[in-house]
This record gives sequence, structure tokens and C-alpha cells, in this order.
Amino acid sequence: MASIIQVQSVSKSYWRDSFEIPVLNNISLDVPEGEFLGLMGPSGSGKTTLLNLIAGIDRPTKGKILVGNTDIATLSESQLAKWRSHNVGFIFQFYNLMPVLTAFENVELPLLLTSLSKKERRDHVDMALKVVGLSDRMHHYPKQLSGGQEQRVAIARAIASDPLILVADEPTGDLDKHSAEEILTLLERLNKEFKKTIVMVTHDPRAAEKAHTVRQLDKGELQ
Amino acid sequence: MKIPLKYTIRNFRSRPLTTGITIGGIALVVFVFVAVLMLSSGIRKTLVATGSPDNVMVTRKAANGEISSIIMNDTYNVILSLPQVATDSGGKPVATGDVVVIINLPKIGTDGGISNVTVRGVSPAAFQLRPNVKVVEGRMFSLGAREVIVGSSIAKRFEGAHVGGTVRFGGDTWMIVGKFEAGGTGFDSEMWGDTAQLQDAFARQGGYSTVTFRMTSPDQLDAIKKNFETDNRLQQFEAKTEQQFFEEMSEFMSIFIGALGVFITVFFSVGAIIGAMITMYSTVANRTVEIGTLRALGFRRRSVLAAFLAESVLISVVGAAIGIFLASWLQFLTVSTLNFGSFAELEFSFALTPDVVFFAFLFAILMGFTGGFLPSVRAARLNIVNALRAS
Ligand SMILES: Nc1ncnc2c1ncn2[C@@H]1O[C@H](COP(=O)(O)OP(=O)(O)O)[C@@H](O)[C@H]1O
Ligand SMILES: [Mg+2]
Repeated sequence: MASIIQVQSVSKSYWRDSFEIPVLNNISLDVPEGEFLGLMGPSGSGKTTLLNLIAGIDRPTKGKILVGNTDIATLSESQLAKWRSHNVGFIFQFYNLMPVLTAFENVELPLLLTSLSKKERRDHVDMALKVVGLSDRMHHYPKQLSGGQEQRVAIARAIASDPLILVADEPTGDLDKHSAEEILTLLERLNKEFKKTIVMVTHDPRAAEKAHTVRQLDKGELQ
Repeated sequence: MKIPLKYTIRNFRSRPLTTGITIGGIALVVFVFVAVLMLSSGIRKTLVATGSPDNVMVTRKAANGEISSIIMNDTYNVILSLPQVATDSGGKPVATGDVVVIINLPKIGTDGGISNVTVRGVSPAAFQLRPNVKVVEGRMFSLGAREVIVGSSIAKRFEGAHVGGTVRFGGDTWMIVGKFEAGGTGFDSEMWGDTAQLQDAFARQGGYSTVTFRMTSPDQLDAIKKNFETDNRLQQFEAKTEQQFFEEMSEFMSIFIGALGVFITVFFSVGAIIGAMITMYSTVANRTVEIGTLRALGFRRRSVLAAFLAESVLISVVGAAIGIFLASWLQFLTVSTLNFGSFAELEFSFALTPDVVFFAFLFAILMGFTGGFLPSVRAARLNIVNALRAS
């Protein structure tokens, strides 16, 4: 199958004052369409950094990243913002829902960046909430939901605009065992049933078990 | 596409304490701002209502008020013979030669403080020219007697200025035989008597201070002004509507108070702006992860900027509404002060006009915008990755 994500000889450094802090060192990675990839590695090894580069919210110091044949380094900041809204679904460790918006409104948020009509947006949101099994909670605010439910709302938000890839950074890192299991099952289903390509950062071995492929990152190098 | 307004509004409501304090600060500044502008427009409104647009008032050009204006008897006769002067059923011109002087009277409740009061000698036709002046207590002064009637705000504020009392001026004692109301106009702050008696007491038998007459029709004003330009005998004099004359008497005070008010409130507003700025900086700091998330989802920097600016402006608009509401109660208050336009005491009320409301909102929005600008720029400039790591 064709690669949907191609990371080609990517290096990334941060600068603190005038000191270069190398984080990723000459990384190359191909992710085929429909893959469920797990990225593991010790804390500080650069997992989040690599995920951010793939998701187009950070730029590599060296190298090239193609997602669905778009060389995202060539996009301007506003083109990149638009590209993300169409192609990337984000799932965060702490869910990152807007506390002042209801579940429905949170899921609708990325759809406001599309040209969908109000009715079409409503249909998309209904559908996404149905997939994550929270149709009955759509008018609840995040603080009225459990952690597992919040993460399911966040997943609904990530899939609502039907993006090319889903990126998840420690999606079960803040959840109890039972809720974590639910979330992993849901991600697995999204991958199998809805053919979503997923890149998931985790250091939870049980989470990694659900992935098709697991890659280890250590001190900025891919094993 | 923009970040929805409900996000802004609900965030605004989600911090009742800090938002409330900030709103309070802005409301206070707006209250002061509105109060002063209400004073300024109150003085103007009172004097505009004093004069009628149907009457023409003639003063000496060199004079800067009624008291320094002199119109001699022969000029008076020339004015009254103008064809544009309306006449009554008996063929007499509807006109008054007023003698206007200023006297000192002790003010009630000021512990010996005195202030200037306008005394106006009028011809009988004055009551036809100024129909809002009505005797409400006692009686009209009699022609040929040292008698006066007092305006309602003079009766209220000056010692002995009540019906049955006496006042001393012009080397004589004058009986107060009546009290009149003039519908909250400047005349309420005057004493009126027989013009001949005032001419006599102040040795001004040769003429009047001003002449006011009814026009045959309001569209005659230009023709009248033309007469004053072309007739040699009238060239030292100036004709304008009575309304315009009194309006000009308010100009100095209304501009002075307005400028003072703007100066004071701009000074105070610095505090309110800093308050709004602190609130918005802390809002941005507390919502750093949210901002990073919005940006990751694809919202632009300028959307973030707009959302936070809107929140700040919303705070200021609510503050303005509260400040204006509180200030609107001042409309039930009247104040009396020396009007530097006429050098006499004038009573007037705080007047809330649409202009004042408009400027108050404009001023508040400006405060909200100024206070919110730097914090909103900070929000918009956040780096996505760093903002997301703030969790
Ligand atoms: N903005 C930054 N500035 C400086 N150093 C950073 C920045 N972001 C990440 N790092 C550093 O890069 C390294 C990798 O971070 P990260 O990708 O978050 O690792 P992981 O997700 O594997 O724990 C860490 O040492 C971290 O301190
Ligand atoms: Mg990480």
C-alpha cells in the first residue's frame, strides 16, 4: 500500500539561548495508508516532537515530511493551518476540550473551518458522537463528563472532519485502566472499521499491543 | 473562519469575580465620564430651552452678554419700526426692552456665601414673548412699583427670596410679590420686575440692555439680519434668535465642563485600562493550552486575536452599560452654579442625551480595546507547540 506519511531524514533541534539542543537525529519513517503505528520510547526521547512534525504544528530543522503527497514544509503558516484543519485529527493526553463549550460544540469546532453548512455540520457531529457512543451526552460540558468520556468527545472532534490521519499523544496517559481500554478499543475500531491511519505515541505497553506496528525512539534515534 | 462568539461570551461569564471587578472599574470611569457630560449637556439644554426660535434678540455688538449691552431709546424705536416685527391685535409691537442687571444675594446653606442673580426688567409684552413664564404663587408685579417676582430656583436657593420677602438692590428695597416658573429654563434663575423701575433705580432711563421681539414669521430672520447690516443706525447692533443667544451663553460653561470631564476621565481611565489589561493577561495565561489547541485545529492567529479582543471589548461594553445606567439616575438631580457665560447663577439638571450615551460607549470600547490589545497580541503570537506543552 502507498505511504501516507513519509518522514525523510528529518532532524530537529531546539535552541536555548545560543545552545543547540538536538532532539531528533536523522529520522526516516514511512507509514502506509491504514496503518496503526505505535511510537514508544523513554520520556524525553522526542516522541511528541516527531508527532508534532508529522501533524504540521512544528517544522523540522532538516529533512522533508510528506503527508498524503503534500510536502508540508513548503506550506506557509496560514496554508498549513488550513491543511491541518482538513487533514489532521488531534487526540491529546489531557483531551484539550474547550471547557466553555458543550460536547456538541467541541466536536463542531473544527468543522467551523470547513465550508460545511450548519445542517451538514450537525450531521457530521451527530455521526461522530454516535461513533464514540456519546450521542446522549452532546449537551454536557466537559466538566460534567468522566475522563474517559472527555477523551471520547476529543476523538469525535478529531474524526468529525474526516481527516487523512489521526495523531494521538499518550491518549490513555491520564486514564484509569478501564477507560484506557475503552479508548484503545475505540481507536482500534476507527482503524479497522473506518480505515483511519493512526500514529499513536505511548509508553503504555498495553496500548502498544493494539498497534499494528511499534517503533521505538531512543535519544532522538528511531530503532 | 472565526472562533464562535459563544466561546467569547461564555469565557467572559466563566470568571465572574475577576471579570466583575474589571467591569466595576470601567463602570466607575464611565459613570464619571457620563456624569460630567450630562452636566455639560444639561447646561446647554437649559439655555437652549430658555430662548424661543420665533423671537429675535438684539444686543450691542461690542457686548459679550446682556449686562454689558446698551441700546438707546432712539435705536429701540428704529428696531420696533422694522416691518418684520409682529404686532398684537391692537397694532402694538410684540416686543420687550429688557434692562438686565446683576445683584448679589446670600445663598441658602452656604454660611454667608453670596452669588450673582440676574434681575430682568421687562415690558408687559415679555410674558407674551416668553409664554413659559407663569406666576405660580402670589401675584404679578405692578407697573410703577418697586416690586419683583422671583424664579422658582431663586426662591429655593437664596435667603429671603420668597413671596412676601424683600431684597435690597439699586439703592432701594424691593417687595417680592410673586413667584414664577419658567419650565426649567434659565428664566427660573432670574428675578423679573418692571423695566421702567429698573431703568429708574439704575439710572438707565436712556435705554435698555437688549430688545427682544416676535418675528412676523420665523423665515424673516435673514431679512432682519440684512436690515442690521445695511441700516446705518443699526450697524453697531446684532440680531439673532433668542434661542441662539441663550445657547451661546451656555457655550463657555458647556465646553469648559466637558473638557474638564474628558481630562479627568482620561486620567481615571488609565487605571481601568490597566485593570482590563491585567485581567486579559491572566485570561491568556490561564488559557494557553486552549489557544494552542485552537491553533492546532487550524484557527488562525488573527482569529485568536479577534476572540480575545472581543472578550475585552465585551467587558468594557458591559461596564459602560452599568456606568450609564447608574449615571442616568442623576437626571433627577438639579445643580446651581455660576454660569461664566452670563456671570449669574443658573440652575440646571443633568441631561442624558443620545450623544452622551454614544460617546460613553465609544470611550468604553476604546478602553477595552486598549487594555485588551497587548494581551490579545500575546495570545495570537503564542507558538503552538509551546502552548500545548503548557499543560
Ligand atoms: N520548545 C522546546 N524547547 C527546548 N527543548 C524542547 C522543546 N520541546 C521539547 N524539548 C526537548 O526535547 C526533548 C524531547 O521532547 P519530547 O518530544 O516532548 O519527548 P517525549 O514526548 O518523548 O517525552 C526533551 O528533552 C525536551 O526537553
Ligand atoms: Mg511527550
